[in-house]
Amino acid sequence: MYDPTVARLTYRALLGRRRALILGALPLLLIVLSVAVRGLTGADDQTAADVLGGFAIATMVPIIGVIAGTGAIGPEIDDGSVVYLLSKPLKRPTIIFTKLIVAIAVTMVFSAVPTLIAGLILNGNGQQIAVAYTVAALVSSIAYSALFLLLGTVSRHAVVFGLVYALVWEALFGSLVPGARTLSVQQWSLAVAHKIAGGDLVTSEVGLTTATVLLVAVTVLATWYAGQKLRTLKLAGEE
Amino acid sequence: MAVEQPLTSPAGDQTRIHDIGYRGYDGPRLGRAYARRSLYSQSLRGAYGLGRSAKSKVLPMLLFAVMCVPAAIMVAVAVATKAHELPVAYTRYAIMMQAVISLYVAAQAPQSVSRDLRFKTVPLYFSRPIETADYVRAKFASLASAIFILTAAPLLVMYVGALLSKLGFAHQTKQFAEGLVSVALLSLLFAGIGLVIAAVTPRRGFGIAAVIAVMIISYGAVSTLQAIADVQNHSGVIPWIGLFSPVTLIDGVQSAFLGATARNPGAVDPSTAQGVVYVLVVLALIAGSYGLLVRRYKKVGL
Repeated sequence: MYDPTVARLTYRALLGRRRALILGALPLLLIVLSVAVRGLTGADDQTAADVLGGFAIATMVPIIGVIAGTGAIGPEIDDGSVVYLLSKPLKRPTIIFTKLIVAIAVTMVFSAVPTLIAGLILNGNGQQIAVAYTVAALVSSIAYSALFLLLGTVSRHAVVFGLVYALVWEALFGSLVPGARTLSVQQWSLAVAHKIAGGDLVTSEVGLTTATVLLVAVTVLATWYAGQKLRTLKLAGEE
Repeated sequence: MAVEQPLTSPAGDQTRIHDIGYRGYDGPRLGRAYARRSLYSQSLRGAYGLGRSAKSKVLPMLLFAVMCVPAAIMVAVAVATKAHELPVAYTRYAIMMQAVISLYVAAQAPQSVSRDLRFKTVPLYFSRPIETADYVRAKFASLASAIFILTAAPLLVMYVGALLSKLGFAHQTKQFAEGLVSVALLSLLFAGIGLVIAAVTPRRGFGIAAVIAVMIISYGAVSTLQAIADVQNHSGVIPWIGLFSPVTLIDGVQSAFLGATARNPGAVDPSTAQGVVYVLVVLALIAGSYGLLVRRYKKVGL
């Protein structure tokens, strides 16, 4: 199910050249931000939860997920070079699975690690906040990668649709319509974080069981469907 | 080693280039200004998907509708409740909808320039009588106009609605004019930032992500810092923090000079001196992005 050559190519496509810069810029900003906040306010659990929840989980993880998830397959389909990959004797689900693993790894490294560092800077893991949000980042990395990898195989405008989901659906609708929060990767991962932190600092709209079931279901379904989609992929010209 | 041939062939030599009947062009030459105008209008149409496939019309038109519908609803509410003022000020509207505007810029700025780079059509443009600066100006102006249309249309809806429900002509006109100045500045600023980022990469998807990262992430970071400064009673620094994201820059300019209320946490309006700094930063960013674009296209594809 895992092909090292495909993985190596995907890593190069994701981290080569300037892509790594933008992937690295966001975590750097988070760490700079948390140093600044620590300087302004000192160690404070509520502030730490606000920064990690509002910036790291709500903005940074989805955007890195979009870049890594769609970037793992989107550009190849876009410029047509995916035919060279598809013409090799590899199962299409294997290709998707390998790319998913790579996307998850990249998203985790660039989102969960900085979240942990930022959490340690902000309040030295008081009340398990840093660990809780790190776990949330890890969990949501998996779901986001699968979701956006699927988007990358379905649409040419995957990045835009991914961002619309991450920013408009989760951030805007989530704050206006309570029902939208039930269908949000962010809330599912926060449910897991809530279980770890225990207190009232990390809250979620959904229960742990629902969240876990939905997380697993979305990841598996998205990966399966992306594999199916790649089997019947049509290469179209530009627009 | 090729030997230089004399231009006039010696007498008796029968070799010559046959005239196979191509005719020279002797119609009117429309020149540089015409080419620039055409590039401008084509790019502006392209920014709304006009003249392109139905699929590429979906997103810009959808975002345009999302921008205008809340304005229409507000007018309806104001008319129905016989209010004396619109529920949201003209200057506040664009700041409220900043996520939609950022998405539009992120989607359309790479559309405008990245594909020219990727398919290496830029040298073809420069084989026409236009110069680097013309290309940059046409693209800059077209994207700024497109964003202006996107942001000014809902204001127009609100203005017309306000006049129809007789909300006081002079007052509404003044506020509407202030709103237009603010969105004009916003259009120029967003177009500049979007184009500079998009012109760096030939990959459309990557351009979109980079523009979004700059617009939304900087706004998120600045708002977070401002909220914390407000909670910690450091209200003095709130306007200074606002200098670091495009949306809060526009917000600062209009709350200093255009009669708006700042949207930052704690609603701290910048002082006049800070307002001057805001205006200078905005103008410097617009001029800087123009300069960067010209520099970028000096060496592209040649």
